[in-house]
Amino acid sequence: MTLPTKNKEGNHPNVKVRSGILLGSPYLLWMVIFIVVPLAMIFYYGLIDKNGAFTLDNLTAILSAEHAKALWLAILLAVAATMICLILAYPLAFILSRTKMSKQGFIVLLFILPMWMNFLLRTLAWQTLLEKTGVINNILAWLRLPALNIINTPYAIVFGMVYNFLPFMILPIYNSLIKIDINVVNAARDLGANAFDVFKKIIFPLSIPGMISGITMVFIPALTTFVISKLLGGSKILLIGNVIEEEFTQAGNWHLGSGLSIVLMLFIIVNMVISAVFDKEGEGSFL
Amino acid sequence: MDIKNRDNKNKDIKNNKLLISLENISKSFDGQLILDDLNLFIRENEFVTLLGPSGCGKTTLLRIMGGFETPDTGRVIFDGSNITGLPPNKRQLNTVFQKYALFTHMNIADNIAFGLRIKNKPKAYIDDKISYALKLVNLEGFEKRMPDSLSGGQQQRIAIARAIVNEPKVLLLDEPLGALDLKLRQDMQYELIRLKNELGITFIYVTHDQEEALTMSDTIVVMNQGYIQQIGTPEGIYNEPENAFVADFIGESNIIDALMIEDKRVEILGTHFVCVDTGFGKNKPVDVVIRPEDVELGKPEDGTLQGVVSHLIFKGVHYEMEVTANGFEWLVHSTGMFPVGTPVGIKVDPFNIQIMNKPASEDEEAVSLEI
Repeated sequence: MTLPTKNKEGNHPNVKVRSGILLGSPYLLWMVIFIVVPLAMIFYYGLIDKNGAFTLDNLTAILSAEHAKALWLAILLAVAATMICLILAYPLAFILSRTKMSKQGFIVLLFILPMWMNFLLRTLAWQTLLEKTGVINNILAWLRLPALNIINTPYAIVFGMVYNFLPFMILPIYNSLIKIDINVVNAARDLGANAFDVFKKIIFPLSIPGMISGITMVFIPALTTFVISKLLGGSKILLIGNVIEEEFTQAGNWHLGSGLSIVLMLFIIVNMVISAVFDKEGEGSFL
Repeated sequence: MDIKNRDNKNKDIKNNKLLISLENISKSFDGQLILDDLNLFIRENEFVTLLGPSGCGKTTLLRIMGGFETPDTGRVIFDGSNITGLPPNKRQLNTVFQKYALFTHMNIADNIAFGLRIKNKPKAYIDDKISYALKLVNLEGFEKRMPDSLSGGQQQRIAIARAIVNEPKVLLLDEPLGALDLKLRQDMQYELIRLKNELGITFIYVTHDQEEALTMSDTIVVMNQGYIQQIGTPEGIYNEPENAFVADFIGESNIIDALMIEDKRVEILGTHFVCVDTGFGKNKPVDVVIRPEDVELGKPEDGTLQGVVSHLIFKGVHYEMEVTANGFEWLVHSTGMFPVGTPVGIKVDPFNIQIMNKPASEDEEAVSLEI
């Protein structure tokens, strides 16, 4: 996986504009068909009612008790999953960045390996593993340990989010840590800093951009997921992603589904603007 | 600075207290020997330059002094106590790194204050030190700037300021001017000499640039392949190189196989020259070093040796010529110009013929330089 990074030479003034458009045309076409058109459709459906008249009702629908609760729960679980990912990923990325180069590749591979398998399959596998009479509980029973009853609870959803999105937290932090010049660390030690000071005053501040892009890359998919909550949360726990999905697939109300999508999108954009302000180095900003 | 003055200064330093002793230092990486049983003694207030091609071990030696490497064998004695195993943060010396290594997330004032804050110095003291250091490196008013907004030369000055506010007894400088352009480098050389004199501390300077070494140092330590080749004053190293490597590395030179016929008489390319060296024995193969500026050209009949000019380049201060004589291409620097194809006579003043013993082992053989 390669992380999106800003290309500093991307705006070279000598590149002729015309050839730029020519070279960029396949990408441009792709963007129009798969990004611009769907977005326009969402805005179109979201801002009209069934009779085709302009309305904001589909947006304000988020304020209804049921939808607000789904959004709130989604935010809560996404924040929890993001925090857990951060706590797990930071020490790991740190250890990884200090490991010998030859071993680094292997460990990074271990984390990327599951990502080669289909996301849906992996989540389905966890559904089976976490069943009340599933593999994990069978092993626990055999060990005479209490059973783990987390399937169909918010805990299982958070677990699924952490499991699926952890690599997206590790890699940006790892990237920001290996970019720190060893001589900067040496300079701090040279000036009298002990290991703790070096971490607190040099390494941690310099890895903040990586943490921010990691947080963004975990929080946004966690906030919008409907697959993880559906498979591991049963049908009782509705996140905002599930609500939107149901409007499209079951209720057939594209207007409400689009309206709620716009709200979620605005929420994410605000979130990304905030992180872009902190992420001055462009460690992985999308804006 | 004239030579006499410098000699006096050097005498003073010779009387200074011994500050750092490196004793029997050896270090290898992955089975490759970088430093081999090396001994070096550095005095207070001395400007020592470790000079050599890349891979000669000079930076490793500096890192051992800074505490970033531990020698495999040997001891580092600093101011009377053994600091061989001491971590960098416990050592009373500070390093200026090659690519500045400034803390990019802090402004200039915070960069300079870093070491002092670690030592919990009072705020007023720190503020005083920051303005003192910025004044010393001619960057007053830069407190609030970020390192990225500074030029290379300015960043280097900040790196020096950051080190010296801690009042180290020794400043270690690892090719600090390597990333700067020529003009800036020359300015910084004078700046460093001024700083050293104002601070009155020991500078240990690593470089592969012989001109830098000659300009700034009290003492030059020429290194190659983990060995010290020669230790001496800039004049001593330049005028009396001890072996072909030193002669080749410091400035340009004609290094020629020769035969020492007897005292004060050497056979170079089949021709007898008068020289001033004695004590090499009779009919002993030696290396002879003659600096290009010491080769005098004249009419063929006036020369000890006759040749023909084969190349001519104008270098500004002088002409650079190649003269083919007895099968050897003599490099000649002269203010007089002789067009290509001119038959000339070569003369060398006996004082300017430097006789050197042939290298005893292969380790000391001059290597091709990659700079």
